[in-house]
Amino acid sequence: MLKTILSRVIQTIIVVFLLVTFVFFAVRAIPGNPFASDKATSPEAQAALEAYYGLDKPLPIQYFNYWKNILTEGDFGDSLAMKGRKVSTLISESFPVSLKLGLLSLALGMGIGIPLGIVAALFHNKWQDYTAMVVAMAGICVVAFVLGPIFQLSIARPLSWLNVAGWNRTSDIILPSITLCFGVAAYLARLTRGGMLDVLSQDYIRTARAKGVPTLQIITKHAMRPALMPAVTFLGPAFAAIITGSFVVENIFLVPGMGQHFVLGITSKDYNLVLGLVLFYGILMGIANLLSDIALILMDPKLRTS
Amino acid sequence: MLRTTLFTALASLLFVSCERRSDVEIANEENILIIGNSGEPKGLDPHLVSGVLESNIIRALFEGLCVEDPAKDNSSLPGVAKTWVPSEDFTEWIFNLNPDAKWSDGVPVTAHDFVFSYRRLLSPDPDWPAEYAEMLYFLKNGEAYHRSYFGNILCGNDPDFPLAWETLKEANFQGERTLKLENFKGKEFSKLKEIDLKKLKPYLEEGESISLEKLTAEKVDLSDLTKTEKIIFFNAKGIDKLNKEQLQALAKETDLIKWTEKVPEDVRQEVLKRIIAHHEADKPNLWDKAQVGVTAVDDFTLKINLRGPAPFLPEITKHYTWYPVPKHIVLKYGKINTAFASQWTRPGNLVSNGAFKLKTWRTNHFIEIERNPEYWDAQTVSLDGVRYLPIKNYYTETRMFGDGQLHMTYTVPSELIPMAKEKYPDQLRQEPYVGVRFIRVNTRNKPFDNPKVRRAFALAIDQKAVCEKILQGGQTPASGIVPPFGEYTVPDVIHFDPAKAKALLAESGYESTSSFPEISLLTTNSDSGLREAEALQAMWQKHLGIKVRITQREWTTYLQKQYDADYDLCVAGWIGDYLDPTTFLEMWVADGGNNNTGWSSKEFENLLNKAENTADVPTRMGLLSDAERTILSDTPVLPIYWYTTNYLIRPEVKNWNPLLLNNHPFKFVKIEK
Repeated sequence: MLKTILSRVIQTIIVVFLLVTFVFFAVRAIPGNPFASDKATSPEAQAALEAYYGLDKPLPIQYFNYWKNILTEGDFGDSLAMKGRKVSTLISESFPVSLKLGLLSLALGMGIGIPLGIVAALFHNKWQDYTAMVVAMAGICVVAFVLGPIFQLSIARPLSWLNVAGWNRTSDIILPSITLCFGVAAYLARLTRGGMLDVLSQDYIRTARAKGVPTLQIITKHAMRPALMPAVTFLGPAFAAIITGSFVVENIFLVPGMGQHFVLGITSKDYNLVLGLVLFYGILMGIANLLSDIALILMDPKLRTS
Repeated sequence: MLRTTLFTALASLLFVSCERRSDVEIANEENILIIGNSGEPKGLDPHLVSGVLESNIIRALFEGLCVEDPAKDNSSLPGVAKTWVPSEDFTEWIFNLNPDAKWSDGVPVTAHDFVFSYRRLLSPDPDWPAEYAEMLYFLKNGEAYHRSYFGNILCGNDPDFPLAWETLKEANFQGERTLKLENFKGKEFSKLKEIDLKKLKPYLEEGESISLEKLTAEKVDLSDLTKTEKIIFFNAKGIDKLNKEQLQALAKETDLIKWTEKVPEDVRQEVLKRIIAHHEADKPNLWDKAQVGVTAVDDFTLKINLRGPAPFLPEITKHYTWYPVPKHIVLKYGKINTAFASQWTRPGNLVSNGAFKLKTWRTNHFIEIERNPEYWDAQTVSLDGVRYLPIKNYYTETRMFGDGQLHMTYTVPSELIPMAKEKYPDQLRQEPYVGVRFIRVNTRNKPFDNPKVRRAFALAIDQKAVCEKILQGGQTPASGIVPPFGEYTVPDVIHFDPAKAKALLAESGYESTSSFPEISLLTTNSDSGLREAEALQAMWQKHLGIKVRITQREWTTYLQKQYDADYDLCVAGWIGDYLDPTTFLEMWVADGGNNNTGWSSKEFENLLNKAENTADVPTRMGLLSDAERTILSDTPVLPIYWYTTNYLIRPEVKNWNPLLLNNHPFKFVKIEK
């Protein structure tokens, strides 16, 4: 176990390092300029801004300074678009919002997706199975920017206590989390169904059935744990992705989360913000993968011994 | 475990707070206005922003010398200034400040705050990134100070200088405009295009060649240049831009730069000596020597001297670049020219002098301002606060309005206008707005170096169809660049005329449309941008038989391509800063930062100059109208339509009247209960 954790941590460090390195150069290679403005800034002012943010230096030096500032001062730099604000402030302000929204969506997604998958597997090739899979397929295909407005118009408008968008009332979390949970639920349903079908055809389940163990008990006691393993593998990265926000959902529901920083950081060429987010996301992803590995080890005795 | 999670999730869904009143109903009780503001502000420092959404907040927080009239265009009410008196020729103005005007921390607003602010915005320091300093070029010597015109400041302003500035200024201080060395970077002399060669020709002997590589090197080594190369180098740069060593080299051989014969050698030496001395003293600040036209006569008397007569000055002082910033607070958090590192605009630190002060600022969430009890005219202010929501998604904004979450939207997207007309007939407002949509033409390259081709493209745009079929927001076809307002008559030059367009194209020498070079139309990556571009594409195809490719780029790349002149045609917009035609015309001068077309005209600039020195309003407007006619007949810009604002507003919001600049003074806005 300890060995797994250690190797995961080392892997994460290497991956994050490579990721940041790649993004560092890639983001500077996209055309455009962080200081472009429709009120023309003179070439002198442009040069001044570049010097102010150290962008006038050769790339290798910029790269070296980036790591130096992080490692010696814990400074991720200033946002180039929202000037005067630190990248770390922007992340620490928006992450709690995305975390809250993400956790609720994940819980909802699990609550809907896993039972749906189990039902589909139990009624394999019957109408229940087909219905569940159509719903799951729809959840994958119908994207948030379609679902969001539909929910706004059909749920929020008729209900006086529910707002169309915003982030002030407690109830404001409902619509974005429902919108976000659909994708998760859909994937989970398909993975659980697959896992469950696989397990149900195993010899030991047949043995249990032959012994006359009730179906419910077979599911909960014998089939559930191994059947959920594919879902748990998926949940690791899904967890990291969902708690770092979604641009579309935040844009539609006016949620001050982290997702929009990813997209707007790219379009406004805010190099520091993009790098800060990639670094943060990379570390989260490493942690999430580690957690799902641990969960898998705990769930599967075979993995524990090897 | 699973069941508990499920249960909690459902429970939180069911037992949410049961506030049944809408946000607007609650806000009405609290007397707070909620408005959509299209995005997160880049900042709140009036000197460092340039956007409309930032100005909506800054206008409520700060107050300039004069204040907008809530119901009338071109009318100024007292702000920090109680009264103002212009001199007869409108070049000198005395503003008598209201001694009751205070910052939100109780400190009085004085004339020194204004002088400090204007000095700050005009800071010549290379790391001062103000985008809008040009707004203060109305001040006498404002441009000279901001752009460090050493000759003007050190010699021109000195009454004891042996030669009058009028004569001296003919010398090449600011560099030959057409001769920009950076344009030659990386090029080889023998392979220069004719258009570039023409710029160098006046300096070259027959058959002479020069090394462009040496001339455009990072560090130019003067001793390594031939005499011709030195002449080109000095004239391209201009005296004001030379460094100490270059000036010293020039002092040995003053003939290397253009002076005109009227400047004798001893005067030349004196000029160079003064600038060299300035460099040697490590560039001390020139504010006092520059004599910029703003003076604090006493604590509450501000004297403004202008570069030319401007009867419309009160109009301009309403723009946020002319607002004061609190000297004592700015200096508390940094130096006069500390830009983004200064924390003075952060919540808790920001001190303002307007009807409101900053209460909360949460990134991408909302900004809320509250009543400023120190405000001199607090009894007039009705609202207790304004909440600005950064709604980037305009469809969401319209839905929020329908759900009672907003008093007012920022806009209504054109696709939703028919719906809004039907559903909210009394809440939808469509008002003229001084802005113009146009196409920039890159006149440097073929085929658009030919004015006939440009004109043909202009006349082939069915402007009416764009307004009525695509936009549907009440926009009007633009016959020129300057939108109609006040006493200005727009010259009637550009009209949809497909027959004439075709004839012009035939005259232009492009015999068949198949031999026409491949051209593209640059636009942004928005849906509305694409629809507009497709309509234009179809019109040119139909009326001229020319196929134009559409290039969509996201915002910063779109801007960069324009700076780099890497486009043929480019759709763009411009919104007036104040109610005067110059706000639309001045950008088309040769070195205007927003020109980007490569077009310039001496005639056009002469007319602008003449207008700048004319105080009589009808004569001035006539000159400006002639200037616009000049640019339109040469057509480096193809006007499409004049803007309107479309927005939704709830009936309980009062005193929000149509204003051409859309700069509504929040001070007078009321919520009726």
